[in-house]
Amino acid sequence: MSLFTRSLLRATTRQPFTPTTTRILPPTSFLARYLSDSTRAAIDNAVASSPVVLFMKGTPEFPQCGFSRASIQVLGLQGVDPQKFTAFNVLEDDELRQGIKEYSSWPTIPQLYVNKEFVGGCDILMSMHSSGELSELFEKAGVLAPSEESESTSSTSEAEKKDSTKTE
Amino acid sequence: MIRLRRLLSTMAAASPTPMEDIIRRKITETLNPVYLEIYNDSHKHAHHAPMRGVTSKETHFRLEIISEAFEKKTQMARHRSIYALLKDEMNEEGGIHALQLKTRTPKEAEEQAAYKLAKAEAKAENESRKEARSH
Repeated sequence: MSLFTRSLLRATTRQPFTPTTTRILPPTSFLARYLSDSTRAAIDNAVASSPVVLFMKGTPEFPQCGFSRASIQVLGLQGVDPQKFTAFNVLEDDELRQGIKEYSSWPTIPQLYVNKEFVGGCDILMSMHSSGELSELFEKAGVLAPSEESESTSSTSEAEKKDSTKTE
Repeated sequence: MIRLRRLLSTMAAASPTPMEDIIRRKITETLNPVYLEIYNDSHKHAHHAPMRGVTSKETHFRLEIISEAFEKKTQMARHRSIYALLKDEMNEEGGIHALQLKTRTPKEAEEQAAYKLAKAEAKAENESRKEARSH
């Protein structure tokens, strides 16, 4: 079981199963600031838990930070399939909160992974959203919900992108 | 000379914006930007939970940087280079808590400005056409 099972169950939009046992986390060592093997393995698991993974402050329903909130909104606008998405609340797990920064060599939260690949933080997400790169990335990754809504948003951003290349 | 230097150093120490000064110095020295704007948004976030007990008025920054140094680098690499530059300031207790970055090359900034202008012109033209039709 991964170290972050608890936050996964709390934060994910799906309800995979009810845990029958509660795993007690080992006390966090304040001396070890480097990324331990167990933390790295746990984050490996977290990153691989869904095609789209967001490490955020708070939960998708109750984000605890404006940048995490904005990122969730963008994922929603893009039409990411909730079945293919998992959010991890770093505020629930200090080991994850510190570990993910080293793991990604990225000092801030939120952080987005698509198919285990680090995409970036909030600013990158926003600029990729407005340039159309994000919908391209999600489409290629096959993580969009099969609905009319997602199709229409991706086609508009495609059109916008064509527009912008024309003017260059 | 010594007196002047002392005066300068006390002036620096008394700056009301020590963090902004550090950011400006480091970015200017390393990236030699053609444009650098530092926005301090800390007041907007002073009441949120992680800021409890933090007395610094310089915790949330938004940087707009245009530099040749970003040429041929992905956005991720650009952001990473700035994070690396300000690593100590971001790690220290009560230091930089949030850092929004807009990193462009002069060429990209020009293209975006031209695109915006073209869009605005098209909109104005559309509107004037509409007006002409309604008259």
